[in-house]
Amino acid sequence: MTCRQMVELVTAYLEGHLDVEERARFESHLAICDGCDAYVDEMRDTLQALGRLPQDRLSPGARDALLAAFGDWPRGIGGG
Amino acid sequence: MHDDRQRHGHPARESGRDAARSPGPAPVRPATIAVVERSDRDLVAALRRGDRDAFAGIVDAWSPALLRLASLHVPSHAVAEEVVQDAWLAVLRGLDRFEERASLRTWVTGIVLNQARTHGRRERRSVPFASLRRRQEEGRDEPAVDPARFQGPWDERPGWWASPPARWDDPQRRLDDEQTRAVLLGTIASLAPRQREVITLRDVLGWSETEVCTVLEVSEGNERVLLHRARAKVRAALERHFAAEADT
Repeated sequence: MTCRQMVELVTAYLEGHLDVEERARFESHLAICDGCDAYVDEMRDTLQALGRLPQDRLSPGARDALLAAFGDWPRGIGGG
Repeated sequence: MHDDRQRHGHPARESGRDAARSPGPAPVRPATIAVVERSDRDLVAALRRGDRDAFAGIVDAWSPALLRLASLHVPSHAVAEEVVQDAWLAVLRGLDRFEERASLRTWVTGIVLNQARTHGRRERRSVPFASLRRRQEEGRDEPAVDPARFQGPWDERPGWWASPPARWDDPQRRLDDEQTRAVLLGTIASLAPRQREVITLRDVLGWSETEVCTVLEVSEGNERVLLHRARAKVRAALERHFAAEADT
């Protein structure tokens, strides 16, 4: 397997979509190729950073308006 | 369905939830999380009854993700907020008709995405042929890494790295800083719309592949191509960013 093929399999590898044989070939390449090993590590770092992006928040005004709309909502037909 | 988060660790939100589940005599969990973990059937029944806490619970729990998704297509936080508010009102309007075949979260997310895309489309130049546009969006024709970085057919080891990635220096410290975050968000914003959505849902918000395919109405195969291309571009952007920092 070449490095060029490796980089196209990284997502499948990290997501656990490679079959046993492909996975073994992927990992034996990783063991002898520092460039690909770095690439996979960097991809893991990238995913970690994406998962830690700060959350956006609804402003208090928008939230209050929604809860007020919910409180005023007509109910009955088909409900409860 | 496997849990992707365990493999590459989705720390923030999700591990907070796990922590709340850890052993102990009387686990106390925040109210919003208790609401989110209720089954959709209970939740819909509570909303139909007019249970305000139930509504506040899902508004608080899901709005951050909805805002993030809306922001992918609209120019400002204010517009994103409008889109999210409108979507919640649409949920209230549709509550009596809601069928429990779909998940409530998938439903409201679909509404937000549709609305936000409509806003975004007005500003985007259009590619004439739908099939061409789809191919471009998936990025089927693009390699994950610039081919120039690999050895050519007459080099010593064709297809192996010619200029391999350099290991990042102290990534744990740099990945969380302000500039890195700006690079991440800026790169996501520069992706094709479908790639933006997939990487945000999967990697920023930690959704499962199944739920992402449902809400985006794409096949598993398409989802995987979109995710792969998007991740490759984000990694490449970080690589350029760290290399530029090292040069200064």
